[in-house]
Amino acid sequence: MTDVLTPPAATAPEPSEPQVRDRADVRRQVKLLMVLGIVLLAEIWFKLKIDDPQVSHLFKGPRTLENQPVEFSGTPISWTAVAITVVALLLAALNRYPRRVGGVVLSVLVGLGFYGAFLMWAYADPSGAFAPAITSPIPGTIRIATAIVFGALAGVLCERAGVVNIAIEGQFIAGAFFGSVFSSFAVANIAAIPIFWCPVFGMLGGILAGVGVAALLAFFALRYHVDQVVVGVVLVAFGYGITSFLLGQIPSDQKATLNNPQLLETVEIPVLHKIPYIGEPLFGQNLLVYVMYLSVPLVWVLLFQTRWGLRVRSVGEHPKAADTVGINVNRTRWQAVLLGGVFAGLGGASFTLNTGAFDKEMTAGFGFIALAAVIMGRWHPVGAAFAALLFGFLQNLKDQLGILGDKVPGDLLSALPYLATIIAVAGFIGRVRPPAADGQPYIKSD
Amino acid sequence: MAMSPTPEAIVPDTEPAAKRDVSSWLPTVRDTLLAIALALTVGAFLVIVSDEQVIDAFKDLIAYPGSFLIYAGDIVKYSAEAVWDAYSALVRGAVGSGPALQRTLERSAPLICAGLGVAIAFRAGLFNIGAQGQALVGALAAGYVGFTYDLPAGIHLVAAIAAGLAAGAFWGGLVGWLKATSGAHEVITTIMLNNVARFVVLYFLAKEAFQKHNSDNLITPPPMDSATFPTVGGLHLGIPLAVVAAGAVWWILDRSKLGFELRAVGANPDASRTAGMSTTKVYIMVMAIAGLLSGLAACMTVLGLHQSVTDQVVGSVGFDAITVALLGRATPLGTVLAGLLFGALSAGGLGMQASAGVPPELIQVIQALIVLFVAAPALVRNFGRIKRRRTKKSSVETEGAVA
Repeated sequence: MTDVLTPPAATAPEPSEPQVRDRADVRRQVKLLMVLGIVLLAEIWFKLKIDDPQVSHLFKGPRTLENQPVEFSGTPISWTAVAITVVALLLAALNRYPRRVGGVVLSVLVGLGFYGAFLMWAYADPSGAFAPAITSPIPGTIRIATAIVFGALAGVLCERAGVVNIAIEGQFIAGAFFGSVFSSFAVANIAAIPIFWCPVFGMLGGILAGVGVAALLAFFALRYHVDQVVVGVVLVAFGYGITSFLLGQIPSDQKATLNNPQLLETVEIPVLHKIPYIGEPLFGQNLLVYVMYLSVPLVWVLLFQTRWGLRVRSVGEHPKAADTVGINVNRTRWQAVLLGGVFAGLGGASFTLNTGAFDKEMTAGFGFIALAAVIMGRWHPVGAAFAALLFGFLQNLKDQLGILGDKVPGDLLSALPYLATIIAVAGFIGRVRPPAADGQPYIKSD
Repeated sequence: MAMSPTPEAIVPDTEPAAKRDVSSWLPTVRDTLLAIALALTVGAFLVIVSDEQVIDAFKDLIAYPGSFLIYAGDIVKYSAEAVWDAYSALVRGAVGSGPALQRTLERSAPLICAGLGVAIAFRAGLFNIGAQGQALVGALAAGYVGFTYDLPAGIHLVAAIAAGLAAGAFWGGLVGWLKATSGAHEVITTIMLNNVARFVVLYFLAKEAFQKHNSDNLITPPPMDSATFPTVGGLHLGIPLAVVAAGAVWWILDRSKLGFELRAVGANPDASRTAGMSTTKVYIMVMAIAGLLSGLAACMTVLGLHQSVTDQVVGSVGFDAITVALLGRATPLGTVLAGLLFGALSAGGLGMQASAGVPPELIQVIQALIVLFVAAPALVRNFGRIKRRRTKKSSVETEGAVA
């Protein structure tokens, strides 16, 4: 059963004899060769374009008196990247490119090498007098990816239960609004809550809003069998409209008490945050980020290690069979959708609790990015989380490279996260198989 | 497909022509009217709770419970006034005068075109969220031809429209091509291409050739007069073109071989492939047509209303088009009616904001609710249960599963 639910990464069988390779396998090899060839050419081009390979980095944290940029030569990194790619290219040419875990590791290595070679080129030979230092990509990636990971978890939970959730964006915008309102209200009016816990109260507001929208989705989709895509699209429009409307209703003299949220404070995790290089960006974050770290394995355990999860997956794959063995299909779906609402609401709350006052349509389509992450991650919580991180990474790369001036055109750079997602989906993910009963209402026949 | 609404779920059953008389449409019309009424009721509630006089009266009521009747009477009176003010302004703003009617039609035309693009993709089982991006690149291309080249009047207009259509069709066809060749899910690719389109447009707007003279903003010059739609009595001739487009979509869907194929692919891609149809061709064709229609929507705005191209020029037409297509049940006639309704609501919303001080977001809420209630006929019938009992309609159409 589990094997059916999680389609294996590579569908082509291991070719025992080269003579009987099928066309899909050949196509895979050709595709690999082409991609690796392009990567190799780009890396060599990057290297040859560098006049002065000296660059500096600030991986240990922000620039302070003690923490000055460290200068180093980019040449070894550029050549290492080329070497890795050459090895991968040779393996692919001999049709010995590893599959499954080995293949993933090698592909990640090639990707990291490409990233390194690109950075060396981008940061070398600064055009202005000021030479920016390479900074750690981790904090920005996590900041951007937090909401998307939460949204993607909501999507995974819903869709595994057979309920399509297009409404993540609607849950985000509602969560953002009520997160801000709850946090602001707690600061201004509830003296019993210490200032540190006010944004946590805001998180509660976000959860309530997310669950509220989820309840609407479930009510219309499960109770009245309305097409789930229709409900989802409508709930996004409804969420945008109602939050903008309510925002307009806050009188200007009440802005301070209703839309001026206390932001989440940074909490350093003892010991862990002292790890050099990765400790501070990973474990010097706010509470919401830690909740995100825990949520991903939590959803995985819930879905794949518990009886409830098996039920959720079974009503998403074959509701009739689940019903036959006595599982209440619609109740299980309600539970999954509402639990998804908790995560989506948290994701929404992160927009205001990380940055400040709520503004109209401030979630800017990130809910749809989360939806894409669900599909890219093949409806698996861990896969979806990595897809979300990939997007956050690319978005952050764009932000980081923005200070480099006209070496890379800014608007095309802004399109990079979206283009890269298309290339990833079209080139490597390809045809995906959703849960079999995804989107179909279950109508019990007598 | 998972992420697309199943075409049979939103398209009314295609019955044999003989049975297609008036009575079979009556329940649909009745449910739609009920849904609109219900949505307007919820809207009225929002108007009431946001009315200052009502709030003041309510505060007084809490403060002086002794004079309950006086303040309760005030609340009722002010509520009725607020709702009457808002909705009469809505009607006046939509159809109350010549200019109001003109604004309604001007706003309906792009909604209808883009809505048709979403609808035709629905029928092939594709969920086209990408009308926004398709319209944006269409606007850029149409605008560029419109303000750059100096051509004779008629030819210039045709060239500008052709550029807009071609750009939209390319942007949409890309989605179909990706879907057909690699299986990339159209929901992902359309979402991503919407964003890419925005940055592509911004990239070009920063170029010298696209800059308005003496302007530092990212804005192009407006199209030349020779490239704009001629107007008759204030209305530009792009509007009838929207109706022509609806007719063309009807012909494609119901009378052409491609339409048959795309409906077959929408119903069951595997069976269609087995029957010898090329799903590759269908996906590319239908998405190109969808993009073309979105490009036409952009032409309505840029060439019809003399708009300069910015990254905001098409507004949110691509997203509104999804709701329009859903409300129109993905049929050409339904899309035209839904587009007219949404155009009227949007034009009326302006009037409501101007003369009654009601925030325009209320219209967005009402539009969303209308679509929701139309999609849930069983719920709406529960509200009007007395009516249903009186008419005693056949129990087949009331979804028996709602237990």
